[in-house]
Amino acid sequence: MTDFLNAIVLLLNFLVIPGIAYGCQLALGALGVTLIYGILRFSNFAHGETMAFGTMFTILATWFLQSNGISLGPIPTALLAMPIGILAAILLVLGTDKLVYKFYRKQKSKPVIYLIASLGVMFFYNGLIRFIIGPDDRIFTDGSRFIITAREFKEMTGLDQGMAFKMTQGITIVVTIICVAALFWFLNRTRTGKSMRAYSDNEDLALLSGINPDRVVMIAWVLTAVLATVAGTLYGLDKSFKPFTYLQILLPIFAAAIVGGIGNPVGAILGGFFIALSEVAVTFAYKQVIGYLVPESWAPEGLVQLLSTDYKFAVSFTILVIVLLVKPTGLMKGQSI
Amino acid sequence: MTFNLRNISLFAIMGLLFIAVGIFNSWSTSLFILNFCLISAVMSLGVNIQWGYAGLLNVGIMGFVALGGMAATLVSIPPVYGAIDAGGSGILFSAFLTAIAIAAIYYAYNKLKGGTRKLVITAISILSFFVIRHYLDPAVDAIESYDSAGTGNLGGLNMPILFGWVLGGILAAGAAWLVGKISLGLRSDYLAIATLGISEIIIAVLKNEDWLTRGVKNVNGLPRPFSVPYEVNIQKSTYWMDLANSWGMSIVDLSSIMVKLSYAALFAIVLLIILYLSEKALASPWGRMMRAIRDNETAAEAMGKNVTGRHLQVFILGSAVVGIAGAMLTTLDGLFTPTAYQPLRYTFLIWVMVIVGGSGNNWGAVLGGFVVGFFWIEAEPIGLWFMDVITSGMAEDSDLRSHLLKSAAHMRLMMMGVILLLVLRFTPKGLIPEK
Repeated sequence: MTDFLNAIVLLLNFLVIPGIAYGCQLALGALGVTLIYGILRFSNFAHGETMAFGTMFTILATWFLQSNGISLGPIPTALLAMPIGILAAILLVLGTDKLVYKFYRKQKSKPVIYLIASLGVMFFYNGLIRFIIGPDDRIFTDGSRFIITAREFKEMTGLDQGMAFKMTQGITIVVTIICVAALFWFLNRTRTGKSMRAYSDNEDLALLSGINPDRVVMIAWVLTAVLATVAGTLYGLDKSFKPFTYLQILLPIFAAAIVGGIGNPVGAILGGFFIALSEVAVTFAYKQVIGYLVPESWAPEGLVQLLSTDYKFAVSFTILVIVLLVKPTGLMKGQSI
Repeated sequence: MTFNLRNISLFAIMGLLFIAVGIFNSWSTSLFILNFCLISAVMSLGVNIQWGYAGLLNVGIMGFVALGGMAATLVSIPPVYGAIDAGGSGILFSAFLTAIAIAAIYYAYNKLKGGTRKLVITAISILSFFVIRHYLDPAVDAIESYDSAGTGNLGGLNMPILFGWVLGGILAAGAAWLVGKISLGLRSDYLAIATLGISEIIIAVLKNEDWLTRGVKNVNGLPRPFSVPYEVNIQKSTYWMDLANSWGMSIVDLSSIMVKLSYAALFAIVLLIILYLSEKALASPWGRMMRAIRDNETAAEAMGKNVTGRHLQVFILGSAVVGIAGAMLTTLDGLFTPTAYQPLRYTFLIWVMVIVGGSGNNWGAVLGGFVVGFFWIEAEPIGLWFMDVITSGMAEDSDLRSHLLKSAAHMRLMMMGVILLLVLRFTPKGLIPEK
């Protein structure tokens, strides 16, 4: 029985909890991509960089707060600094929309032109971020590292395996729940949110009923900037901030949005968790877990790892491919907010 | 293209820029940039075939470039017989099992229907994964542990590297077939995202599969094509020494220039062949059909054209050209470094070239490759100089000054982004517009 519990705790510690935290970050990122797809109808390749940009300003504000001796105690100071990052990201995307995308909206360009424009935007953001904060790794986590440490857990339960619950993981989960709840309340309950859903469902009909398209687009960008900054900051707190990694998580984010059904917020969240958990599950070494569950003589020699961690992109890609082949609209029906 | 004055002068200005670099800087630098631009022009031709002819968005150019580089490496390096003895049979057997698994899945896909089909295919995939891993893993371990400091891989075919250029094209075409088969015919964004994914995976494989290309340990000392001499040989020859003396150059400079010139000649031949073929294709009924499909898919489909099939065809062709360019790049470098493949440099920069040059026009793509390639390399000195001027009024030890000088290298990313956006907005047809 203890062996069984040990195996469960081991799985929770190394697979489920990190998977859920990562899933939260992906879900928030995918929500941003899906919102832009629903309203402006293009895949925003600059989304990863938007996340990095918001995070960068959060880091700068965190440093400022830290140097003035302001902190939240056990909770990372970055949470206090996040509004600054969000504000910066909002200004950035609204400025970009005015200077870049608005022109193509007037021209009624094809989505593919937007996509190329977003590539240019990505290039620009990327340079801007490296220009301001540099290409190096930045660690900006402070406060206490753990909510429950492995040792405390062992003492509490008397098991061999400890379960550590990192502060950043707890923060990620709580903040994600708040953000998602607020977003769905906004989309389903408020007048503006409803007008956005109407616009996404049927643009012409929405215009006929007097919905102001500029306002809808503006709010979509603001929401995206908020979600991107929150997702980016949480990701940066949990791992570390490096401009390059934000280009790389673009693929899992897109995969999450498409797997869930692009344009569908509930789908984006489901897709985020699905991608994150499968990524962690496929690259996890099961040796110890199996060791607890089977008699000693059966214990495997190798790591029992399906794929090495370097191939985690292959996991999201494979899932993406399977979904494209089997159900191109995604798990939830896509293309509606 | 009609050889009007404007286009000729655009190319002439480009030539003058190279001469200017040669005179004011050094001819070696000028030729280095020229070689880089020639390869970039081939890549940009390949992307132009996809985007300009057919409107297909390939955001994974990097992956195809890397495949080309891998092909050049695997063709040219000598085989490692010890490693082949140790694990070659295991690798071959795994490849054989993979082929059987794919055949079984294909058979099941065609013969079965509905729920059973999904179940059977899933079962075959999972089962074959474990069986293949069972045979592959020991073989890989055996190969990687054989002389791991020196080689640690299977080695290659020890053939002329030029064959690698052909193989690079073929490999890239194969990868393109796979991606295209899956994502063409769906929403246009899906191709972009699928190519983004496949390129990341190709790079991940090249970094981690040490038995293939030594992974991050890199492969260096690739042999040169037959037409390119080695510097040492030139420096030993009395003929060249006399020539250097009579021109008043040092023999070291002369040999490096000669080597770069030989590369440039080789690349120029490839560029001209591909350019000629592309122009022929564009002017042919096939090219007209492609443009008709690009401009109005529905109408072309109503005329009985197989839109998805043509898209697949053109996507494969373009990727093959990119693969060839990737093999050329690795040949020029003489070494294969998987970590050097960065999406900003190998995917998005090529996009800037195509858009700036003029999408849909082959000459435009070539010019774009030259202009953007030139400024990509020259942007660093220009940026440094610019920053020097800006910061000249500041105190020597000012933090801002040192930060600005250090960040000059990132200026070119911003610059490329701005150029792409400006061209896309104000002259969407590019420097040399489509006819």
